[in-house]
Amino acid sequence: MSGLAMPKPDDETMRRRATIVADLRVIVPGEGVVDSTNEMRAFESDGLTAYRQLPLVVVLPETVAQVSRILKYCNEHNIRVVPRGSGTSLSGGALPLEDAVLLVMSRFNRILEIDFPNRAVVAQPGVTNLGITTAVEQEGFYYAPDPSSQIACSIGGNVAENSGGVHCLKYGLTANNVLGIEMVLMDGEVVRLGGKHLDSEGYDLLGVMTGSEGLLGVVTEVTVRILKKPETARALLIGFPTSEQGGQCVADIIGAGIIPGGMEMMDRPAIHAAEDFVHAGYPLECEALLIVELDGPGVEVDHLIGMVEAIAHKNGSTTCQISTTDAERMNFWAGRKAAFPAVGRISPDYYCMDGTIPRKELPKVLAGMREMSEKYGLRVANVFHAGDGNLHPLILYDANVPGELDKAESFGADILRLCVKVGGVLTGEHGVGVEKRDLMPEMFNEVDLDQQMRVKCAFDPNHLLNPGKMFPQLRRCAELGRMHISGGKLPFPNIPRF
Amino acid sequence: MTTFMPFSQTDVLSAVNWALSEDAPLEIYGHGSRRGIGRPSQCEHALDLSAMSGVTLYEPEELVLSAKAGTPLIDIERLLAKHGQELAFEPMNCTRLFGGIVGQTDKTGTIGGALATNLAGPRRIKAGSVRDHILGINAVSGRGELFKSGGRVVKNVTGYDLSKLMAGSWGTLAVVTDVTFKVLPAAETQTTLAIRGLTDEHAIAAMALALGSSAEVSGAAHLPYGVTQRVASDMRGDEAATLLRVEGFGPSVAYRIETLRKLLAEAGPITEIDGRFSKPLWRDIRDCVPFADDTERPVWRVSMAPSEAHKMVLALRMKTGADAYYDWQGGLVWLRMEAEPEAEILRRLITGFGGGHATLVRATPAWRAAVPVFEPQPAPLAALSARLKAEFDPKGILNPGRMASGAPSANVVEAEQEGASHE
Repeated sequence: MSGLAMPKPDDETMRRRATIVADLRVIVPGEGVVDSTNEMRAFESDGLTAYRQLPLVVVLPETVAQVSRILKYCNEHNIRVVPRGSGTSLSGGALPLEDAVLLVMSRFNRILEIDFPNRAVVAQPGVTNLGITTAVEQEGFYYAPDPSSQIACSIGGNVAENSGGVHCLKYGLTANNVLGIEMVLMDGEVVRLGGKHLDSEGYDLLGVMTGSEGLLGVVTEVTVRILKKPETARALLIGFPTSEQGGQCVADIIGAGIIPGGMEMMDRPAIHAAEDFVHAGYPLECEALLIVELDGPGVEVDHLIGMVEAIAHKNGSTTCQISTTDAERMNFWAGRKAAFPAVGRISPDYYCMDGTIPRKELPKVLAGMREMSEKYGLRVANVFHAGDGNLHPLILYDANVPGELDKAESFGADILRLCVKVGGVLTGEHGVGVEKRDLMPEMFNEVDLDQQMRVKCAFDPNHLLNPGKMFPQLRRCAELGRMHISGGKLPFPNIPRF
Repeated sequence: MTTFMPFSQTDVLSAVNWALSEDAPLEIYGHGSRRGIGRPSQCEHALDLSAMSGVTLYEPEELVLSAKAGTPLIDIERLLAKHGQELAFEPMNCTRLFGGIVGQTDKTGTIGGALATNLAGPRRIKAGSVRDHILGINAVSGRGELFKSGGRVVKNVTGYDLSKLMAGSWGTLAVVTDVTFKVLPAAETQTTLAIRGLTDEHAIAAMALALGSSAEVSGAAHLPYGVTQRVASDMRGDEAATLLRVEGFGPSVAYRIETLRKLLAEAGPITEIDGRFSKPLWRDIRDCVPFADDTERPVWRVSMAPSEAHKMVLALRMKTGADAYYDWQGGLVWLRMEAEPEAEILRRLITGFGGGHATLVRATPAWRAAVPVFEPQPAPLAALSARLKAEFDPKGILNPGRMASGAPSANVVEAEQEGASHE
């Protein structure tokens, strides 16, 4: 672990470990409590594997009542809790703490209801993202958000991280596709937000919960919207001599009123790594490769393919292939979808970043990255959700070379600072977690962060749920609650009054 | 009685700090076009944001627009239309429901008001609500602090989404001063299919069938017998009309309309309403024009599972007189009551039919003070909402009582008076 400060373990909790394990066994009988070091190893890390930590104890409840009792118990005994779904977080959101109970929701793995007339599925949080689609696809339906880990990641984890995917420009993120949840607060109270109806009767707590990274409550049930699958999908594979031209093509497509189902860009190093790996027939001479997928009725897709082809040509594309079969379309995607493992082949380790930028800043950010790449002496390959400006630079390094991980992390931090500087944000879909926690002040000032922490206080005033994540420093809720009324009476405030 | 009319964030900060130091709650509004919704204001003083106006950033190719909170919606819609874009959530214009005449007033709603009330139109079922399109905000909390949340990019999970929290908060958490929205291309063309003469039950089934197809229906409403002639359209006759809107590129719309015609051939006689008439038709459905009758008879906006809506309405009519029409495939029920709001009866029925919520969007001030305008929440949820309100507005100076009755939150944290007075 490279210098990451986590909350200091609570001595009292550490001392009482045996009692806590025994008490949890009363709440979750059978094999639902795991406390041996060997068995807990499986849980010591999530998708951000650079960080590892054994938890105090692992508990795998099966019922909402058990979750409620566990949280209530921990709240009353001042014990920290880290919730975990499938553990695929790329930002360390589910990284255990030495003195925290790791609450694993994987046994909540059942689909509870499929309601086609209302186009809704009710699922337990441990059901995988793809599992929802699998459950409804025989009727031609699917669940739209498709994070690349969809085969493994859980829908509860998707809610915690507000997961995206390649289709989210057209179909939205998790937040736009979740209709309701049931969750347990740290004090054990069970509350329901939303359902099969739309919008909230009060504050949009569902909106705040989505993407809250397990700091506000533990989701025990999720209701999602399902959609009918588009009739057809076709893709274009377009090469450009410069990233500027590729970027302009993306802007022109959107400017023409077209929102593609997916629109992905890769830079030269990523193109070469992918082609060497999967032999998808990518053009190797171009600096930017664009995949544009259009979905809908055949007549619409054909119409739009023609428009996109013309726009690409106008922007100086050097190659433009158009899929005529589904096999061809999948082949276009094969390289992009294998980009991460492909980069893994040319480097012992890689570090995946996740900033979002206003699209027009792409050339500037790519140029900045090239400079940084030279400065740090580390290579970088870029894949880019071009439609929504979400950039995934992959920094290549070797963890066995002393100091390279630190260098890769500094490089990554510099990239994210550049993203913020050009009007973007630290993370588009991977979450803050522990990874970008200390960069939050790049984007938010103290007042902004304090107001976010006050939301935390309304849900979990003792900071027991997933501490050490998202916020660079924890401040006590009592301290945050103080008001400093300055100014007193303002007889002549500088405002027109009537 | 003081009405502040700020021009800048600094002005808003001064006004809120004045209210804090004077312990003088503020009613917050833009054009006030939705002022008739919610519990009647108990504030002596007001903060009128309508002078905080102007689009500050618009980049059509980036699908993003930023504006000051008091910017008129019609200005924004006009600007977007020039570039072939729109606010996909179709914000409701409340003017006519409250007896105003569009065209005679220029105060028909602001972008900040659209966010604060989260009242989305027919396209909600496909494109989402106001909350699904807000990207970022600047706001002054009830603590007198200017904070920001979100950003200007469409994909962002950095920190809690406080921007969404502002949607539907009716100005009770913070005074939003600036908003950034995701905007989308407007459809090239639209056509509406009308199936005539269906019962509510058959209409709900037909709409579910249409929404469950790949025709990408962007509006699904049912106007029962007698309501049909109260909206602008070229439909003749009083019989019920079940309406399905399809939007997009010309060839695609033609194809999808044909798909729907085949799918619903058995349902009833079908007519087509083209773009000229389709647009005003959906505008009227959005704006609750069928119940814009220049009265103060109670009007409810009910959100529930689409498949249960007609059952609830039928059960309601066994108990009291109510006029109804449906949007959102049935998931949005507009009700106009004969006389009294009958809040308890209605809410009990909604709970019995799968749950949801009812908002009393029009009623006399006396009724709005007497019955809960917004759906009452179960105790743990109500307590959580109250704690959240207290974290943003501990002294209860922002629109107190607009959403929930009672004194400003009891959970007021210790307040320190410090600093010299400006006197």
